[in-house]
Amino acid sequence: MTPMRLTAVAALLTLGVAACGGTTKSSVTSAPAQAPASSAAAANPNAPLKQGLKLAFLPKQINNPYMTIVANAGAEAAKEFQGEAKEVGPSDASASSQISYINTLTQQGHDAILISANDPNAVCGPLQQARAKNIKIVSYDSDAAPECRDLFINQAASEEVGRSQVKLLADMIGSKGEIAILSATANATNQNTWIDFMKDELGKPEYKDMKLVKVAYGDDDDQKSFTETQGLLQAYPDLKGIISPTTVGVSAAARYISGSKYKGKVVLTGLGTPNQMRQFVKDKTVEKFALWNPKDLGYLASYAAAALVSGQITGAEGETFKAGKLGERTIGKNGEVILGPPFTFDASNIDQFDF
Amino acid sequence: MARVLRWDVLVASLLIVVFAGGSFTSPGFASVDNLSFALGDLGEIALIALAMTMLVVAAEVDLSVASVLGLSSALVGALWDGGMAIETIIPLVVLTGAVCGLVNGLLVTRLGLPSLAVTIGTLALYRGLAYVVLGDRAVAQFPPDYTALAVDDVPGTPIPYPIALFVLLAVVVGVVLHATGFGRSLYAIGAQEQAAFFAGIRVKRIKLLLFVVSGTVAAFAGVIFTLRYGSARADNGMGIELAVIAAVLLGGVDFDGGKGTLGGVIAGVLLIGLLRNLLMLGDVSTEIQSIVTGLLLIVSVLTPRLVSLVRPALKGTP
Repeated sequence: MTPMRLTAVAALLTLGVAACGGTTKSSVTSAPAQAPASSAAAANPNAPLKQGLKLAFLPKQINNPYMTIVANAGAEAAKEFQGEAKEVGPSDASASSQISYINTLTQQGHDAILISANDPNAVCGPLQQARAKNIKIVSYDSDAAPECRDLFINQAASEEVGRSQVKLLADMIGSKGEIAILSATANATNQNTWIDFMKDELGKPEYKDMKLVKVAYGDDDDQKSFTETQGLLQAYPDLKGIISPTTVGVSAAARYISGSKYKGKVVLTGLGTPNQMRQFVKDKTVEKFALWNPKDLGYLASYAAAALVSGQITGAEGETFKAGKLGERTIGKNGEVILGPPFTFDASNIDQFDF
Repeated sequence: MARVLRWDVLVASLLIVVFAGGSFTSPGFASVDNLSFALGDLGEIALIALAMTMLVVAAEVDLSVASVLGLSSALVGALWDGGMAIETIIPLVVLTGAVCGLVNGLLVTRLGLPSLAVTIGTLALYRGLAYVVLGDRAVAQFPPDYTALAVDDVPGTPIPYPIALFVLLAVVVGVVLHATGFGRSLYAIGAQEQAAFFAGIRVKRIKLLLFVVSGTVAAFAGVIFTLRYGSARADNGMGIELAVIAAVLLGGVDFDGGKGTLGGVIAGVLLIGLLRNLLMLGDVSTEIQSIVTGLLLIVSVLTPRLVSLVRPALKGTP
């Protein structure tokens, strides 16, 4: 056992020495942050869109219907400017699995890589290497660290999501009565930001007759959301409407309401996916719900990538570009382009979407 | 003739064929950038495969390596986030890996449990601990000096530093395995444990040591993984134990122990890595990639058995 003991002593000694000083988080983060790589060329808004561009969509994972819709819409947009776009990606959405694909796309010499990042930092190094080879990087759906991409196509500006949910519900209940919110977990960042904007919107005079009585948390768990809905309706018999800004919550709430005596009496809306909500729209439990339109997301991302490669924009705040049928778009702060207000799904359009 | 027909030689030849074919058909394949990347992507798998080779030769296996890697990554993240110096974190985390290996080894050698079962258990256990340590957070912003060590090439070569380390360790393990009495005792344990025991080999102690080495290497691979991706997460490296074992088996190490060479394993690791890289460059879908790797693995396990069945039959005919 002597050699083992020696090793242990040596290890402890190393620890002791190392503990006296070294590289810590504070010594790293206090150093000035690396400035985002800025392109030397100035933007030329009148440059024509280049033809024959090769774009590559790298989703969080392939075989995900939502991601495929985005990429397919991107490919259709690319056709409009005589380019081509393909979708490649890993079969699992783990943090590291996109890295090899970024390298491959770099070697294949694409003009732009469009990525929905599984991990904002893990993809950073390879994306920087791609940019060093003059490949433009557009993130969509899920952002990469801002210094590693040229643009982020943000599908949902928090403020618009929050406010539009209140408007959607107000339209359906005549801006009058008690309402409740069924959220995800109590500390979910997205949901809490949206709820803050909902409360702010409810403070406006036109909603003075609407009263938020409760924010319930279904923890993005189907069963819990279901029972929370049940609890809400029993505790507040005068409840007129529920907003559930989470796909899990809204479908669980819809399932409860559709089989209860509250169907047709309580208005439910929220953020949901067409496939989860279809049956409840058809059986008239839910009239309208919202989410961004994934087709528009892919379309806009494609045009943004083309505008970058063609030199119309460099990714700086305030630059504008034309995104085909979506019209002119302006780059906001942090290189973000906002898709626009959420898209409302109802009986008239839900069958055009499969995700 | 028999020597030429050895499986590890076949794998090495296949590797050369894939490399030559790749350079010929895919223009980006043989570029320095791409090779450097493809090698770098193999770093953790290659390192863990070294320790795994010794274990499998001794007829044991460690399926918990990827979870130790994940636990190590989570620890690096949590401690770094807590303000500890990276120079302290690294030895501490590697030590934790050694303890993980020790637990595996003690369960196998002291309680006499099969390592397959023990390490399936600790696979779940260590991954669970990783989530306890870091939850589903991700910690980033590691010191650039250290991340560069995990990513950059040794100057003037397409060889990333982790691969250079691998080469160094491979020489050590190669010598130990093939040119020392200790190495031969591993083969003896794998071939006939009881005979090895009666021949005076300290079977249990050696196995315990192998598990500790395996845990230690896996934890160090976790440090490299974390720095290479610049992101510490509890789910890091999920499933790479299968890639490691695939490489070891593909390299011709017999799962029943007692057979195989380190050269074969290195060829196996490179073959899996380069083939995957080549398929990706050719836009072959992920599903087909896993089918190719899976078939290769089955062939590698099947062929030596078929050969051993066929060879006596051939000898029997005049």
